[in-house]
Amino acid sequence: MLKIRNLRATVKGKEILKGLNLTVNAGEIHAIMGPNGSGKSTLAKVLAGHPDYEVTQGEVIYQGKNLLEIDPDERAREGVFLAFQYPIEIPGVSNANFLRMAYNEKAKHDGRDELDPLEFDDLIREKMKIVEMDTSFINRGVNEGFSGGEKKRNEILQMAVLEPRLAVLDETDSGLDIDAMRIVANGISKLAHKDNAIILVTHYQRLLNYIEPDSVHVLYQGQIVKSGGKELAQELEQKGYDWIKAA
Amino acid sequence: MPQAAIENKKYFSAYKLLAKTREDKDPAWLNNLREKAGERFEQLDFPTTRDEEWKYTNVTPILKAPYRQILELDPKELTADLMMPFTFEESRRSQLVFINGLFSDELSNLSNLPEGIKVSNFTAALTDHVKVFSNHLAAYADFHSDAFTALNTAHIGDGAFVYIPDGKIVETPIHLLFIATAAEPLASHPRVLIVAGEGAIATVTESYASPGEEVYFTNAVTEVFAAKGSVITHYRLQEESERAFHIGTTRVFQERDSNYSSYAISLGGEIVRHNLIVELSDEHIETTIDGLYVVTGRQHVDNHTSIDHQKPHCTSHQLYKGILDGKSRAVFNGKIFVREGALLTDAHQLNKNLLLSGNAIVDTKPQLEIFADDVKCSHGATVGQLEEEELFYISTRGINPERARAMLTYGFAEDVIRKIKLRSVREQLDKRVLDKLHQSLEID
Repeated sequence: MLKIRNLRATVKGKEILKGLNLTVNAGEIHAIMGPNGSGKSTLAKVLAGHPDYEVTQGEVIYQGKNLLEIDPDERAREGVFLAFQYPIEIPGVSNANFLRMAYNEKAKHDGRDELDPLEFDDLIREKMKIVEMDTSFINRGVNEGFSGGEKKRNEILQMAVLEPRLAVLDETDSGLDIDAMRIVANGISKLAHKDNAIILVTHYQRLLNYIEPDSVHVLYQGQIVKSGGKELAQELEQKGYDWIKAA
Repeated sequence: MPQAAIENKKYFSAYKLLAKTREDKDPAWLNNLREKAGERFEQLDFPTTRDEEWKYTNVTPILKAPYRQILELDPKELTADLMMPFTFEESRRSQLVFINGLFSDELSNLSNLPEGIKVSNFTAALTDHVKVFSNHLAAYADFHSDAFTALNTAHIGDGAFVYIPDGKIVETPIHLLFIATAAEPLASHPRVLIVAGEGAIATVTESYASPGEEVYFTNAVTEVFAAKGSVITHYRLQEESERAFHIGTTRVFQERDSNYSSYAISLGGEIVRHNLIVELSDEHIETTIDGLYVVTGRQHVDNHTSIDHQKPHCTSHQLYKGILDGKSRAVFNGKIFVREGALLTDAHQLNKNLLLSGNAIVDTKPQLEIFADDVKCSHGATVGQLEEEELFYISTRGINPERARAMLTYGFAEDVIRKIKLRSVREQLDKRVLDKLHQSLEID
């Protein structure tokens, strides 16, 4: 589904990714771990097409297409989803309106029927159960006045509505208390299936207590320096990142 | 007085003619009021940018056009069909309509108002409620210091009168529609008097509109009296011709325990100025004044507001938001006074501006003047652009950049629009704001 080869990227003239390689197949969950500043969030943003991040070398092939040549909104319609580390508030635009517009853009793209507000209401109510969100959030402005945990849950709700093929979750576990962590993790697990792939970008191992990854990669200084199974995450938890840095 | 100023004034001498035609019909006090205001107008200069209060708004272009003024209504000026887009579903049978400043009996409809509520033109007020009318007319809008108010007062002929007696509740929103249809430069001086008795509750929409794109001048004055314990919701919609000139003054006087909410929306006009002055004369008063202005091209909009806390235990909230595109310009000047002894005042003011173009200019000046202790006051202003991070976030959900911009702009305006309780007013505004910015969004 996704093949990243020798990816180099800069932000504001500074090189962050320095030759990154990664292959993700359908049905897989990959965890990308690493110390702060290693390039985890940069990778997430490059995949989503953030305009501040410039790819200087390498390629990203998604579903046989050169992902880097596709605009961010088109990437989303093609099934790429980024759950933000810091979701943006859009006051005045309700969650329902926002998500229905996003849903319909994708439906149009896929040649499926668009939903009217009533039909969409049924859908969103169903999806909210996945992240145990109160229905009062339907008519609130997107992330407007949400707590950190509510924003993260809202990201997963968006993922549930848009049903991406490739979901990149950037530090979705950061700032969550135990209850929220469990809810978010359960939500992600429910959304994983054989036809999609999930990349979990995280600093800590704790989310992986709830979601079992197929592969764990350690990103350090812009490169993946170690890959392994779920046991690698536990090893990192015990030894910390200094062990990687020293190697 | 400089020669230019004298020249300008000759376009505004219709009040003399008006006074003659009304002399025999109107009571002496009203003739007298008009005369006094006319005399005062002759003595006053129109403001210039040397006046602190008019520093950023040059009225010279307004005074240049050779305005004509109509004293008799031509009923053919406006058809019900043409008027329809400017009416509101909730108020179709509780609306007063004025065409080019003159009352239209034919297009007005008051069949859905409860017994005892008085909504009429001034002529009818003079026969039915002369005491209330004469007590309050020109009691709040001072014509001694402001040429535009003096001019309006000298022109008082057939304005809109809304009187909700003590204890009366009107659930049906009342609509006062001032519509300009002229094919040549016209001046009109709309006058509104709203009197809410003790404990009265009402919603009044005052709107200024035009089906055409002509040059004309609206010089409006509205007075609102909110007696003890009354609750008034006041929508003011200014959506005139892109080339219209509009000077409006709203003066509000609140008594103890009253609650006044104003939502002033400005969507059109070449030069638009609105002065909103609210006097909180007693204790436990609540005031909300929110506003939204959207300007494009070379339009200019200026909002001057003043909230005067005179006694303890009063609360005021103000949120004014502006969207500017093209080479437009907006001015916001908001004063909050907390007088000596107005303890435990709770006053908050915020002005936020969104610039959609690098050529638009905002001059914003929130001002707090506090002469009392133990108060809770805040004020602030922001001027910003659409954030790249916000646009990126929306685009990662599959929404194209053009729509993402429309969504953020809509959201910005919606902060004020969503507070409007009348559905049809809200929906109309949603559409007009986006239309005006040449944006579209399917939203319910």
